[in-house]
Amino acid sequence: MRTKSLMFAQMPRVMLPFILALAAVTFYRGHHVPGGGFIGGLVGALAFILVALGQGAEVARRVMRVEPITLLWIGVGIALCALLMGFVGGSGGFEGLWLDEFKVPLIGKVHLGTPMLFDLGVFLTVMGFATKVGFGLQEDNL
Amino acid sequence: MSDALLLFLPLVVPAAAAVLGLVLRTCKGPQAIVGVLGSAGLLVVGLMLVARTDAVGVIATQSGLWPAPFGISLVADRLAAAMVAVAGLVALAGSIYAWRDLADDKLGPQFVPLMQFLMLGVQGSFLTGDLFNLYVWFEVMLVASFVLLTLGNQRQQLEGALKYVVLNILASSLFLIGAGLIYAKLGTLNMADVAVRLAHPEQTDLVRTSGVLLIAAFGLKAGLFPLFFWLPSSYHTPRPVVSAIFAGLLTKVGVYALMRTSTLTFAAKAPVLLELIYVIALLTMVCGVLGAAAHFDMRRILSFHIVSQIGYIILGLAMMTPIAIAGSIFYTLHHIVLKTNLFFLSGVVNHIRGTNDLARLGGLAKAFPGIATLFFISAFSLAGIPPLSGFWAKMAIVLAGMDLRAWGAVGIALGTGVLTLFSMTKIWAEVFWKSAPEDANTTDNRSGLWPMLIPCVAFVGITIGLGIWGGHVFAFAERAAEQLLNPREYIEAVLGPDAITGEVPGAGRVRP
Repeated sequence: MRTKSLMFAQMPRVMLPFILALAAVTFYRGHHVPGGGFIGGLVGALAFILVALGQGAEVARRVMRVEPITLLWIGVGIALCALLMGFVGGSGGFEGLWLDEFKVPLIGKVHLGTPMLFDLGVFLTVMGFATKVGFGLQEDNL
Repeated sequence: MSDALLLFLPLVVPAAAAVLGLVLRTCKGPQAIVGVLGSAGLLVVGLMLVARTDAVGVIATQSGLWPAPFGISLVADRLAAAMVAVAGLVALAGSIYAWRDLADDKLGPQFVPLMQFLMLGVQGSFLTGDLFNLYVWFEVMLVASFVLLTLGNQRQQLEGALKYVVLNILASSLFLIGAGLIYAKLGTLNMADVAVRLAHPEQTDLVRTSGVLLIAAFGLKAGLFPLFFWLPSSYHTPRPVVSAIFAGLLTKVGVYALMRTSTLTFAAKAPVLLELIYVIALLTMVCGVLGAAAHFDMRRILSFHIVSQIGYIILGLAMMTPIAIAGSIFYTLHHIVLKTNLFFLSGVVNHIRGTNDLARLGGLAKAFPGIATLFFISAFSLAGIPPLSGFWAKMAIVLAGMDLRAWGAVGIALGTGVLTLFSMTKIWAEVFWKSAPEDANTTDNRSGLWPMLIPCVAFVGITIGLGIWGGHVFAFAERAAEQLLNPREYIEAVLGPDAITGEVPGAGRVRP
């Protein structure tokens, strides 16, 4: 199914990097303020689902390059690693282990740790799932 | 191995196996091996958990090291550990049984990862100590089960799955509302913390309301009267291995949740709810067995039997005496193994003759005496014929009823046993004993039977073993029942030794 509107067919490709950047920001700010992996993953998926709506799921798959299912298992795998790192470096599952803060130009202070790793896993899982469903509905072949 | 790791492993193993299964989704053979190894790992972890909890009592860990009741606790007492182990056993049997279907592309590349995700949800439900987290695990389990039900893409499968989905979403909403009420009232969802706060005498409002909502939600999932109708209408449509795992395991998760929440939360505070469960249990037994008597499809009959057997388990729970709970636990373990096996065997029959309709089957006893024997033993164990495991399970429940002088319940339990025997004899006579009808398909498909029969033989061995050496298992069930009836140990394991200031009322019923 393709829309006849030229605007709608072309805009999603232009918007794609911006929406993905928004997804990344939403994901990163999520540790202390509203945002996070789940909502970030949905925003990220939306970038590609818009392409699918404008130009068809086949184009969107090509633009995305990675299979939705691949994103999904990488995501679950990362979340699992975050769980297990609690046992490797600490004393309990999901224990929050943090690196020291360091400064990056433009972004400012960066504070990385296993909760963020877990959230990255959530991000990828949600993005994989949402794109899988979104593309599938377009192709009517789930 | 630390307790924390031991409690997380039942979640890590299926999750890792699911990820590997997704990675290997294009290579059939390795994926099937991952399924078998993951399930075997789960069984090993489950047995370790049983050994550990039986030796040291209730063990608990807090995820992320956030102290309870703020973090999410993982807790295992004897009952939870036993359920983890049995679930691992069923998963292992299912993975072996599915070998042939996977090789023939009848299940597709989704089966192995979905089955592992299903196990993740099941194990999470057994181990979590938090009511909302229990809801989340139920959802994990349900999402996987929705897809598993429709593997094969047949019209009637979609119809069965639709009923299953709608009813289970309804149950989830009821569960969520019940949990929400508890949170609104007590400000906590940690089940141990709920138990402590409910011990204060003024905390009685809304206990009944949320208790009823939880009973309705878990009852729907377990297949209790009057909400059982979705079960027989959706369990006969999926692939045999899927319906066997669902029949054996998924209803028992509802039963487990009912056991856990009733003993920890509302049993002591609102004993009237136990009376409600009691009546529901009796009606469930009767309706289930009558439904089974009326049907003529092997898997439908067996599905109705799940309903009536759940009635026995819940009856034991409603009686709330140590022997009754021990009977329920023993019954649950026995029934998971047995019911899975009966569905496995119906799948074998379907594989050989291409149908499960009793009218179009026959003569299998002569053609396949070994399979007939396996079915005979399983069916008689289900009906409760000594010395098989079903006899001891039923006897414990009946003895508990006699202790309470609940003659009505004893009568119904015994009558249901007789009717169970009747409909099992019906299957036996129609499928195995009578000669095949003339228009029937008698070209037997004998290829690839062995991987399907290995789990059946093992499970029949277990049901015989449980009958002959059941004393050890029953003693274990009694120790597990003791833990359920005296929640102090559970609470102290979760919240720390100083958590209980006053008296925590035990859930047990006083004998008249």
